[in-house]
Amino acid sequence: MTEIFGIPVAVILGQLMLGLVNGSFYAMLSLGLAVIFGLMGIVNFAHGAFYALGAFAALLGLQRLGINYWEALVLAPLAIGAVGIIVERLLLRRLYGLDPLYGLLMTFGLALVIEGSLHQFFGASGQSYPVPEALAGVINLGFMILPLYRAWVIVVSIAVCFSTWFLIERTRLGATLRAAKENAPLLQAFGVNVPLLIVITYGAGVALAALAGVLSAPVILVTSQMGSSLVIVVFAVVVIGGMGSILGAIVSGLGLGVVEGFTKVIYPEASNIVVFVIMALVLVLRPAGLFGKE
Amino acid sequence: MRAATVFYLLAGVFALCAPFLGIYPVFMMKLLCFAIFACAFNLLLGFSGMLSFGHAAFFGFSAYVTAWLATAHGWGSAPATLAGIAVSALLGLVVGVIAIRRRGIYFAMITLALAQLVYFVCLEAPFTGGENGLQGVPRGSLFGVLQLKSDVAMYYLVLGVFLAVFAFIRRVVHSPFGQILKAIRENEARAVSLGYDINRYKLVAFVLSATLAGLAGSLKALVLGFATLSDVLQANSGEVILMTLLGGTGTFFGPVIGAGLVVTLQEYLSDVVGGWVTVIIGAVFIVCVLLCRRGIVGELAALQSRR
Repeated sequence: MTEIFGIPVAVILGQLMLGLVNGSFYAMLSLGLAVIFGLMGIVNFAHGAFYALGAFAALLGLQRLGINYWEALVLAPLAIGAVGIIVERLLLRRLYGLDPLYGLLMTFGLALVIEGSLHQFFGASGQSYPVPEALAGVINLGFMILPLYRAWVIVVSIAVCFSTWFLIERTRLGATLRAAKENAPLLQAFGVNVPLLIVITYGAGVALAALAGVLSAPVILVTSQMGSSLVIVVFAVVVIGGMGSILGAIVSGLGLGVVEGFTKVIYPEASNIVVFVIMALVLVLRPAGLFGKE
Repeated sequence: MRAATVFYLLAGVFALCAPFLGIYPVFMMKLLCFAIFACAFNLLLGFSGMLSFGHAAFFGFSAYVTAWLATAHGWGSAPATLAGIAVSALLGLVVGVIAIRRRGIYFAMITLALAQLVYFVCLEAPFTGGENGLQGVPRGSLFGVLQLKSDVAMYYLVLGVFLAVFAFIRRVVHSPFGQILKAIRENEARAVSLGYDINRYKLVAFVLSATLAGLAGSLKALVLGFATLSDVLQANSGEVILMTLLGGTGTFFGPVIGAGLVVTLQEYLSDVVGGWVTVIIGAVFIVCVLLCRRGIVGELAALQSRR
């Protein structure tokens, strides 16, 4: 049992592991998108740009201010989340009540501004972020060698995803959020500050993207374009999972990462497109998405 | 309407004289190609209410097909262009069948994702030249009669195609078919209750728009002599949206003005501001969505009707 279809098991497991790491990022990003969309009806095209901002915040913090990885893990999402709050107050707020397509277009423009500026300030070539010392080693599982940092990414992401799910589906705050989604004017009449709820939700969604950015910094090259193609994959993940569904975003994010990793082993040329092909299949067979209701 | 007539006359005279006014003909041709592209996109967004975020797929793939047939197989410019158009119509049919299963925001996301799929195919397929793209596409001659090497001859051909597309779109929009599309845009449920098979109408509109976008791409490949990845890139899909939005969604001439502005911005501003062009385009996007959603032509028309 060292080879399946002539491919060493260790290679397959290694790719599945990488797939799971990618899937962790898909899950965190599509979760943020789903939360923002659920409450505000806005598809946040700038999500990939905020993800890149998170990674750059960590990188700059390390280079200029001596902020280490662990501090960046908390500080970068807070800082970028604050940027998100400013964006909501200054820009997005003006689009409520309009066709949701305007929100998509506005955030697309915002993504261009953010990514273009990052490109101007930091150039086209990528920079690498060192893996924190405590997580630099590997674990030998016997059947495969597991880099500690990758395991850490998966664990953190799953923890974050399920606590977000718990927060929204099982707590009183989450109930209020879901009520705002159903009927905002009525909730406001009960004395809940809905605009505040919205701004916090958007800030939290953006912070989640930034957290994914910090987590990814040590495993990928930090570039201005790191989020721009990712956000399209995440859109496809969200369509597959069903747009409003929190659980759908998490499960399909992780699942599609694994599928992508597996494709890299058996047919590498297709690994870039497998998610989109699955999206097309899901749309033909079940237009509302795997977990969506319509 | 008088002002509009005067405007069309002026625009027509300008377009006819442009090569003799010292304007670089290749620039004008590029502008016209993107104007066709934007008009095709507007047929979908403005007159049928569907926001496609992946129109670069049709534009770019058609450019690749034309460039490949003209370079590797020595096809003439007319058959190569027709083949490009046919392929983009087919691609439009496939994408359309999948995408019209959802509407609104989902439709936009699905077209975006499918266009990204086309992008990766173009990146990895053996015939597209990968990162380099296809260079040195010969313009050849039109049916062996009119030599297109001369920029002026090519310009008048492109202008002719543009005018034909413009007139065609006007005709489609004012036809009973166009009125039904408008009804679907305004109130889908009512159109259904009136007995229209809306998915069929939407699909036809999508394929028409994709086909015309393909025409624009093929022409662009002949005009500039190359097809590259930037033609199929998501940024290109974004730019055609901006052209339409900036000029005026759902107006006939708005996309042309928008295309003119965006292409000019890219050609001339990039010398001045360098890499900041992307940032400026993004900022124009934001301003446009926040302050000027009807676009330039739309706002002018609103101003006129208020008076």
